[in-house]
Amino acid sequence: MPDVGSRWILARAEFPSLLGALARAGYRVVGPTVRDGAIVYGSIRSVADLPEGWSDRQEPGTYRLERREDRALFGFNVGPHSWKKYQFPPREQLFTLHRDGSSTFEVAPPPGDEPPTAYLGVRACEIAALRIQDRVFVGGAAIDAGYARRKSRRLVVAVQCGQAGGTCFCVSMGTGPAVRDGFDLSLTELIDAGRHEFLVEVGSPEGARVLEGVPLRPADASDVRAGEARVAHAASSMGRTMETEGIHDLLLANLESPAWEDVGRRCLACTNCTLACPTCFCHSTEEVPDLSAEHVERWRRWDSCFNLSFSELHAGSVRTTTSARYRQWLTHKLATWFDQFGSSGCVGCGRCITWCPVGIDLTAEVRAIRSAAARTRSGSGGSP
Amino acid sequence: MSTAREPEGPVAPSPGHGSPLEPAPFTVRARAQDTRDTVTLALAPTGGTGVRPFQPGQFNMLSVPGRGEVAISISGDPGRAGEWVHTVRSLGLATQALAGSAVGSLVAVRGPYGRGWPVESAGGKDVVIVAGGVGLAPVRPLVLELLRHRDRIGRLEVTYGARTPEDLLYASELAEWRRRTDARFQVTVDAAGRDWYGDVGVVTQRIPDTRFDGRNAIAYLCGPEIMMRLTAEALEARGLPREAIWVSLERTMQCGVGLCGHCQLGPYLLCRDGPVLPYGDLAPLLRIRGL
Repeated sequence: MPDVGSRWILARAEFPSLLGALARAGYRVVGPTVRDGAIVYGSIRSVADLPEGWSDRQEPGTYRLERREDRALFGFNVGPHSWKKYQFPPREQLFTLHRDGSSTFEVAPPPGDEPPTAYLGVRACEIAALRIQDRVFVGGAAIDAGYARRKSRRLVVAVQCGQAGGTCFCVSMGTGPAVRDGFDLSLTELIDAGRHEFLVEVGSPEGARVLEGVPLRPADASDVRAGEARVAHAASSMGRTMETEGIHDLLLANLESPAWEDVGRRCLACTNCTLACPTCFCHSTEEVPDLSAEHVERWRRWDSCFNLSFSELHAGSVRTTTSARYRQWLTHKLATWFDQFGSSGCVGCGRCITWCPVGIDLTAEVRAIRSAAARTRSGSGGSP
Repeated sequence: MSTAREPEGPVAPSPGHGSPLEPAPFTVRARAQDTRDTVTLALAPTGGTGVRPFQPGQFNMLSVPGRGEVAISISGDPGRAGEWVHTVRSLGLATQALAGSAVGSLVAVRGPYGRGWPVESAGGKDVVIVAGGVGLAPVRPLVLELLRHRDRIGRLEVTYGARTPEDLLYASELAEWRRRTDARFQVTVDAAGRDWYGDVGVVTQRIPDTRFDGRNAIAYLCGPEIMMRLTAEALEARGLPREAIWVSLERTMQCGVGLCGHCQLGPYLLCRDGPVLPYGDLAPLLRIRGL
């Protein structure tokens, strides 16, 4: 069995054998696939399901698929989906409560029969996002049973980014582009005129077990250097940067910045950013009784702090304006997440920028708050 | 941001199959109609397995199965084991169903959750309690606890305000409390008819008349946010530092254990870090609209 930390070369022609090995090891494979003009995550049954030869062009409010000149399998950046849809499904039954005419009830948990699942093509920012949601759902005093179960059944097959997208800023957030840990296997696609191979790194004993029987040759120093060059290229081509210095205190000291009003006038409160975000975890609970109320299902579904109803109390909503809701989202993501869960809630994937229908760019909003604060300081001589 | 106290006991017990989100069956043992729209229910585990001890100020998640779940603070006597008492004001679907529950009916319960009033911190100090409306419910266990150990604290001053005399909770108990000589209970209403012999006005108007030594006192506030803010400011004006003021906040809570995100207030998940928090940390946040 290959050692953890060892590196190998998998020929492109042998890629189907990796998929076969994952299936043999008992995993259903999910990964990137082209659907409705975007690269989304879905079932991968063969190499033909992967976005071979596709890339994407991303800018604020813009996402377009484009043909590549080569036949790379992973030559694109992250799309509108994230792995959270597998870890934390958009709609999930929590339990069913059965009364059956008695004076008490029984609580039956859902079947919990999700198969072991290999996530194929997890980028560095997405590993960071998985870890952030892990801390939310299973890192505190309350352990979410469904999430914990699915986490225990996931296998992370990472892919190193060889290029960055127009809205990427993982370098600023310290989450990428290099995948360094938190994976079972990692792949770096080495593709140029005469070559199409994958540098494979083993990240865990389970990753090593899966690789057994896959035709590999040991990677040499030049292979490793070629892989590092790919990641270095991604690092140098980030579409965006976020100034993170002092960001927690900056945002919390400027909760009444005029910048919030300004972005509130542009934001449609459509919730796209929170749905596309790989770390947003807010959800609502609802009950579905049958007509007799003898059987009641309790479900949860993704919700968003951009919805007016999200902060509703009997006297009305707490956050009645779009600017208050945008402020909640941005300050939570970039500042109060540290207080609540010990890290930033942003991984720099850029999804919220790309998928915002009016192209609001959070890196620009942070800059606007920073410069408004600086103007206040220099204008009045007072503290922000 | 810091909270000036140690964690007090377990945060997320789980009555069900290891999931903190699964409720346990409870039966309504007693029901009292407090006001036109508010009832107090005593809930005991169906089949009788006892209830966990709770801290004054903590809450449970309650539901009449099929009618939705809601966070309700525990209003019973912490010294009385075997049941959980909840005062419910009928406002929405879930609370209407709870308030309409007859003796013997079934309620789904999970908890207790959150961090309650720091009772131990009152030792040797004058205690000021100010409650508004249904805000007396989360304060009642605290009052009972302090009265049980009356000798451990200095003065005890409780001020309670409601909209009208008909909205006052726990009327007979309140009358009993008011007869005590070792504590002062002031009651005031916003508006009253000719048959009301007590005070009329908002609770903040009673603060100048409240007796405490600001250098050695602690205050516990529960009511509408604006009431708590104005009361805290009035107490500060009387020399009580804001670090000695504790408030219980209300936000929508759907999971009760810090997973759903609804109850955020700045850095806090109120179900997990609150609902009781030090006013010293909250004052800058409560000042800002729409947070």
